[in-house]
Amino acid sequence: MKKQGNRMKTLSRVLRSVGRYKPLFALSILLAALTAAGSLYVPILVGQTIDLMLGAGQVSLAEVTDSLARILAVVLLTGLTSWLHGMTNNRITYHVVCDVRCRAFRKLGRLPFSYLDKTTRGETVSRIVSDVDTFADGLLLGFSRLFTGIVTILGTLAFMLMLRPMIALLVVVITPLSLFAARFIASRTYRMFRAQAEVRAEETAFADEMISSRLVVTAYGMEKKNTERFSEINDRLTRHALRATFFSSLTNPVTRFVNSVVYAAVALAGALSVIATTGAAAPFTVGALTALLGYANQYTKPFNEISGVIAEFQNALACAARVFAFLDEAEETPDPADAAVLTAPRGEIELKDLSFSYTPDRPLLQKIDLHVKAGDRVAIVGPTGCGKTTLISLLMRFYDVTDGAVLIDGCDVQDLTRRSLRENIGMVLQDSWIRRATVRENIALGKPDATEAEILAAARAANCDGFIRRLPNGYDTLLPEDGGNLSQGQKQLLCIARLMLSKPKILILDEATSSIDTRTEMKIRSAFAALMQGRTTFIVAHRLSTVRDADHILVMRDGNIVEKGRHAELLQKGGFYAELCRSRYTEIN
Amino acid sequence: MKHVFSHLRPYVRETVLAPLLKMSEALLELLVPLVVAAIVDRGIAAHDRGYVLGMALLLVLLGVVGLGFSVTAQFFAARAAVGFAGRVRFALFQKTQTLPVPELDRLGTSTLITRMSADVDRAQSGVNMVLRLLLRSPFVVFGAMVMAYIVDVPSGVIFTVAIAALSAVVFLIMLVTMPLHRRLQGRLDRVVGLTRENIGGARVIRAFGREEDERRAFAEESRLLRSLQLLVGRISAILNPLTVVMLNFAVIVLLEKGAIRVDSGRLTQGEMIALYNYMTQILVELIKLADLIVTLTRAIASGKRIDSVLASDASLARLSDAEPDRSTSEHIVFSDVSMTYPGASASALTGITLSVKRGETVGIIGGTGSGKSSLVSLIAHFYDPSAGSVLIDGVDTRAYPTELLRSRIGFVLQRSVLFTGTIRENLLVGNPDARDEDLLLAVHAAQADDVLAAKGGLDGAVSQGGKNLSGGQRQRLAIARALVRRPEILILDDSSSALDYATDARLRAALGELSGEMTILVISQRTVALSSADRIFVLEDGELVGEGTHAELLSGCDVYREIHESQSDGDGREGGAR
Repeated sequence: MKKQGNRMKTLSRVLRSVGRYKPLFALSILLAALTAAGSLYVPILVGQTIDLMLGAGQVSLAEVTDSLARILAVVLLTGLTSWLHGMTNNRITYHVVCDVRCRAFRKLGRLPFSYLDKTTRGETVSRIVSDVDTFADGLLLGFSRLFTGIVTILGTLAFMLMLRPMIALLVVVITPLSLFAARFIASRTYRMFRAQAEVRAEETAFADEMISSRLVVTAYGMEKKNTERFSEINDRLTRHALRATFFSSLTNPVTRFVNSVVYAAVALAGALSVIATTGAAAPFTVGALTALLGYANQYTKPFNEISGVIAEFQNALACAARVFAFLDEAEETPDPADAAVLTAPRGEIELKDLSFSYTPDRPLLQKIDLHVKAGDRVAIVGPTGCGKTTLISLLMRFYDVTDGAVLIDGCDVQDLTRRSLRENIGMVLQDSWIRRATVRENIALGKPDATEAEILAAARAANCDGFIRRLPNGYDTLLPEDGGNLSQGQKQLLCIARLMLSKPKILILDEATSSIDTRTEMKIRSAFAALMQGRTTFIVAHRLSTVRDADHILVMRDGNIVEKGRHAELLQKGGFYAELCRSRYTEIN
Repeated sequence: MKHVFSHLRPYVRETVLAPLLKMSEALLELLVPLVVAAIVDRGIAAHDRGYVLGMALLLVLLGVVGLGFSVTAQFFAARAAVGFAGRVRFALFQKTQTLPVPELDRLGTSTLITRMSADVDRAQSGVNMVLRLLLRSPFVVFGAMVMAYIVDVPSGVIFTVAIAALSAVVFLIMLVTMPLHRRLQGRLDRVVGLTRENIGGARVIRAFGREEDERRAFAEESRLLRSLQLLVGRISAILNPLTVVMLNFAVIVLLEKGAIRVDSGRLTQGEMIALYNYMTQILVELIKLADLIVTLTRAIASGKRIDSVLASDASLARLSDAEPDRSTSEHIVFSDVSMTYPGASASALTGITLSVKRGETVGIIGGTGSGKSSLVSLIAHFYDPSAGSVLIDGVDTRAYPTELLRSRIGFVLQRSVLFTGTIRENLLVGNPDARDEDLLLAVHAAQADDVLAAKGGLDGAVSQGGKNLSGGQRQRLAIARALVRRPEILILDDSSSALDYATDARLRAALGELSGEMTILVISQRTVALSSADRIFVLEDGELVGEGTHAELLSGCDVYREIHESQSDGDGREGGAR
């Protein structure tokens, strides 16, 4: 029953997401009613016309022509309303999909990194794309048929009640059996569809991972193993899909069977009434029975359609539930209502008794204190995996501190809007991220309104101009997802150009030049120096010269800052930093 | 679409039986009016209540048999459609695992993913619907037409004209919407692409505070998709009303002509009713058919997109297999090799000639984009050289059995990729037969003992792309993975860029001990990292501009000297720093 409740909740949310389109919704219902009424009226008119053709020499051609003109008018009007009905439904459905998808996408921009880092990309893509699609298809089918069906049922019911109330009641009582059957099947298929959607997401995630890492896959000959693993997931998906598809397709035959029972019951009851009322004052005639049977048939057809829709709806609902679950994921704690906007900061940064861990059972950064004056250069060194990148994530508020605080110009970063905080910090990461866009757009990522001259200047400062000009269309070359054939170094240079263009007040360079050769680095060095002038800079680097001139050197080890000071002081101290430096010298000699 | 359809072949039995059973069910439905006629003509006429009851039971029996037919048909249809879709998905994935890297680059991950998911789904429902309705609807339509001819030939002609006109309209609308459906899927690809990009680049996007712009771009792309969907919807929405109106128009013509024929005594009122009933039967089937057509059009559009991937037979050049000679001292030889990436305007490598001896450790150095990575990727035959040839063990890479060649190479990429799973699973990628001791040895040599300690040993979890590890930890595990294979050629493509100096130095010492017979190629940007190499190759703009030991190059190669100086201190004491 809890499951049932969840489904109702999903359904009511689906309806709420359609809420904006209430007028269209009302229009859709109106048009459905008109279409169904017209469709029911045509056979009556045709019947009346045929009644005019009693036999040879008994046909009034003039009356037939009049009657045919009426039929033509009704047919054309019904065609028009039916067309408008379809258009209205399309409009509702596609607008809802677009809205929901955009909401899901906006959600993507608000999810905390703790979610993004643990969820596979394929899984999320599957929710935003395929699930929203399936949910929409179900809606489209549902709208079109549900309203038409309901109106047809009501119309026919009225005609039947006029003919023979008792038998009409019999039909009314038996027919819902098909709805019960449909519901029974539907409640089982819902779970099957959900299982199917889950395995499908698993498969998409696996394929995504293996296709995007094609170089490693090829280098290590993982093809066969991947194919086996895919085959295993795919077999599971096929099994779930077969069950879901088959059981959901049972609805139609079963309801049709119930309908044939209804039909037999009407035939039996009707025929017996005809026999019983023979010679009575108001006999139930054969003609009336024929009409009643006709209507019974017509009455049950929409039930077929509706139960068919219910099956589609199950799939749509299962997908909708996944979409809503995604929309309900906890977001980054929102900026407080009175969050200050950081404008033109001096760049003074203080870490106060800061602690952080990704999971409570594994403490990482502990009780870190640091005061950085505006314009200072801070170098962070230490073995890999000691928490350097984590510390930087905290400055950017990709993660929030577990304890203590990060202060900028004396203001806790948690009291600032994230947007303004990040706008004032520029970052180049070790992993360069290039998007599918032109080179120009890639550079102007942080400053979309940059002028041509600014973009060119930034590209020159980052020493990208040369290779960009050699690309097929220069700055207008469309780079594919992930940068395509650009080398890692070239990608990194483009990321540096982004920074050179946006020129924020605080800089974070996390191994920003790790893929760039030193000669090129020399060339961009003066541009970097100019950029860092007057800007507070955090540098994660292995290269000593970068570190040596820094105003603060933080030496990290296992999540803690073990030493802190200037190059000379630390060397003199003869601690961990001195050891790191020595290993550099032995290498040379 | 022969590639797609070939996957229906194993389901021949189902694809034949499902429509046949559906047709039988339709036949049973056609019997119902006859039974009702018998109730009226014999049961009621003779006041025979028992007969009426018997006939009513017969109606129920027909229902039961029909139910049996149709459930079996649904099962066969579902099995064929789902099985077919499963096979197509598998074939698509298999294709992604066999197509060469440049072809996959060209296709792009996003579109391959949508084809594997959304497109296959559409094809599946297409097959399912066709199997359920394919025979039934035409059977009913043509059956009704034949009956009309039997009742009255001139009226039959009206049926024929009506059906021909309806078919033409249906066909025309399919013809118009088919290419639109393909464009639609293309737009969907973009939506997928943007979503993937925003997940992958979340840090950069948020760092630049671009969430709003991204949201707008996505909304724009979604709107474009929506307007195309609405356009297709608008055209498809014509189908049903138009066919119904046309059919009703046929009814009007039928009645008009019929009235004259009834008046002249050539047609009875009862026959008129029968003709009208047949026309209505067509109408009912037509409505079902219209749904089928929309599903079918989408399925065909998707089928074509799938087919274009399955049909791709792009492969790396193959010469007839040759026997590698592992005793030759010339382990790797490039003779006059040039390479241009597909679609690129300039070549990445030009006229490279070099050779590496077995057991040698060589360095490759050069500026950003000078062709270092391209050069080593040719050794593993990821790409074909556009001119010249690459020889490993004396055999052209195009003649070297690919699997064998790659099994002898340990490749550590510049950007280390790990897979979802455990550390052990990731290491076993290097060599599935390795024992835990071998794994631990490799981990130790790769200076990754502390990674294991921090992540909980070999069973430590790795999330997608190794996101729960730092760049340096990933790199060291990737190196361990390469060492696990005990490769004959070890390629380190700037693999220690994320390592600090101390770790890097220890790693190089460990590799030095391990090397023995192993030929090692190290790409690095630091001359100091290469100074102990037997030989160093210097690349500049895709050309080989220097070759020799560190000392030789310092005196003989300007580019090398410049690189070295760029890394030296003013006083020349500390090479390697900026």
